[in-house]
Amino acid sequence: MEKRVVFDSPWLPYALVAPQLAITLVFFFWPAVQALYQSLLIQDAFASKTQFVWFDNFVTLFHDPHYLASFRVTAIFSALVTAIGLAVALFLAALADRVIRGAKVYKTLLIWPYAVAAAVAAVLFVFLLNPTLGVITHLLRRIGYDWNYLLNPGQALALIVIAAVWKQISYNFLFFLAGMQSIPKSLIEAAAIDGAGPWRRFWTIVFPLLSPTTFFLLVVNVVYAFFDTFAIVDAATSGGPVQATSILVFKVYQDGVQALDLNGSAAQSVILMAIVIALTVIQFRYIERKVQY
Amino acid sequence: MKHRGLRVARMAAALALAGAATAANAATEVAWWHSMTGKLNDIVNQIAENFNKSQSDYHVTPVYKGQYDESMTAAIAAYRSGNPPQIVQVFEVGTATMMAAKGAVKPVYQLMAEQKEPFNPKGFLGAVYSYYADTQGHLISMPFNSSTQVLYINDDAFKKAGLDPNTPPKTWEEMLPAMEKLKASGAPCAFTTGWQSWVQLESFSAWHNVPFATMQNGFGGLGTKLEFNGPVQTMHIKNLGDWVKKGLFTYKGRKDEPLAAFTSGECAMITTSSGSYANIKANAKFNWRVAQLPYYASVKGAPQNTIIGGATLWVLNQKDPKVYKGIAKFFTYLSSPEVQEKWHADTGYVPITLAAYDLAKQKGLYTERPGFDIAIKELTNKPPTANSKGLRLGNFVQIRNIIDEELESVWSGQKTAKQALDDAVKRGNDQLERFAKANQ
Repeated sequence: MEKRVVFDSPWLPYALVAPQLAITLVFFFWPAVQALYQSLLIQDAFASKTQFVWFDNFVTLFHDPHYLASFRVTAIFSALVTAIGLAVALFLAALADRVIRGAKVYKTLLIWPYAVAAAVAAVLFVFLLNPTLGVITHLLRRIGYDWNYLLNPGQALALIVIAAVWKQISYNFLFFLAGMQSIPKSLIEAAAIDGAGPWRRFWTIVFPLLSPTTFFLLVVNVVYAFFDTFAIVDAATSGGPVQATSILVFKVYQDGVQALDLNGSAAQSVILMAIVIALTVIQFRYIERKVQY
Repeated sequence: MKHRGLRVARMAAALALAGAATAANAATEVAWWHSMTGKLNDIVNQIAENFNKSQSDYHVTPVYKGQYDESMTAAIAAYRSGNPPQIVQVFEVGTATMMAAKGAVKPVYQLMAEQKEPFNPKGFLGAVYSYYADTQGHLISMPFNSSTQVLYINDDAFKKAGLDPNTPPKTWEEMLPAMEKLKASGAPCAFTTGWQSWVQLESFSAWHNVPFATMQNGFGGLGTKLEFNGPVQTMHIKNLGDWVKKGLFTYKGRKDEPLAAFTSGECAMITTSSGSYANIKANAKFNWRVAQLPYYASVKGAPQNTIIGGATLWVLNQKDPKVYKGIAKFFTYLSSPEVQEKWHADTGYVPITLAAYDLAKQKGLYTERPGFDIAIKELTNKPPTANSKGLRLGNFVQIRNIIDEELESVWSGQKTAKQALDDAVKRGNDQLERFAKANQ
């Protein structure tokens, strides 16, 4: 059976995709090309003096041990944000899928955090965990745990991971829940009749059938951890203590927007772009094979 | 329904009137981009409004453009796209970046001379003027909000520890026993500091008359190198590090966050900006006072004078030279003793001219608020030297971040003071080299 639609007019299909193409070109490709070009220059802030320096900005970056150290921090941060974010959301969605009474309220409450801006989410956790004013800090002190993320690198990293995960859970939750609800009930019922318990049913039926959703969320969450988290770092730790929370995208923001070194910042964003492209290719080539559509 | 119709008619009439008024005056517009929030924003609006009422040829419009780094970035972006605002407020660490951009900025001394506005460099507070003057002593940007570092003490905590708040510690040598007594009396935090790089290294160097960087702290040009890893600074950072270990100095963050630890009563002493006066007054539920920033009696020549922080107003080059007259007139108005005295009293920033300082004295401001003039006394303690005029460093935002990081490695015991300061100097010099390369 041939399902393909054939357009009569030769130009109509092009006209139909043109708006999408135009948006992609203007808002995605043009800035990317700009970043590539800017990364090869050295300019003063006012752009009154411009020198073309080939790859000098990249050489400077790779000679800076502190820049190289932030790769490690970024890797740990992104892995934690993605893994915890997916696991917690999956758990919550599995529970929500079984809830009968008050399901709407439960779901609505879980979706709310998504509407909170990243910087606000960070400030919220800073208020809870501030070494001077934090509510949770006081509780921790009472049980004898010294919480001070201003000087403890591990705690600082934990703080930004928690804030970043909390903000992304709603999004993951929505997709997982939708994925679960599209799984035919008959399959699960059949398994139940055969004597499979809830745990077994989840791992042998629901989880494999969710794999397209899980894969999609994996890609989205990695991109989120790499690109969308600088506001959290900026509001919570400014990259400190020392460099414990200085992730790559935060350095791009700090050097470019706060410190006006646009060319150094452009070089960093080109590197970041390359990493994320590579990661996405790997995900599509190797992990997607395990996905059952 | 009838009422609504009436209201619409009235609004239309009001709009028409407003339109007629602007058409009749055709006042030249002067946009002023700034970063003042809350109460300060209201005061800025009030200053502009009073100026607008005082004459009809020019109209100053203040626009809040975000925090200091954001408004500076916005102004530079506007300049790059060919449509800059007339006046932009830039924080002190942006000074070198603004100054290096020849052709983008109209120096204030030149503006005032060209427009034949009265302008007397000698009338300014020395330490305020020198921070924003070039090597020939010409003022480049107009000082606006300037503050310096002071010590605040919690009187109640002092009394509880058996200390006399009427004689606060004057030197770091006296700080140590005071902190020990405070700790022994059960104070959860004896001492903390806001803006660690600014207070404990930048102004600390000036206060002890030792260089922060070569070539007169960078005033001499682009080839400057950092040298804040000298013996005096190293001794101080080592002491602070030791005090962290002993639980006497508690680190509370890089910028203004530590202030909350003082106003909440947790920390008994804090060194931070004199501009925090109003905030402490509004929030502290205990007796407190302002004292002079401590110095080392063992260092010869100390105390010298402290350096300022805050921001100045920069004039960006305009296509239409007609507007310069209005900017110059506004600056004359802004630096008049009456406006400055009111600004000083309302905000806690120091007055930029000696005449305004005298006026505040005459009005009895300092008898009414004891300690309010300590900041001015520190700034004018001695005439500024090459080490205490100020700092003029490119990529200063990055350098401060580096200093913050390296200091944190001392407080957490990862590095010795010497090692951390050497590393900060080395990393900071890379930033200076990069800046010099971009501005050759």
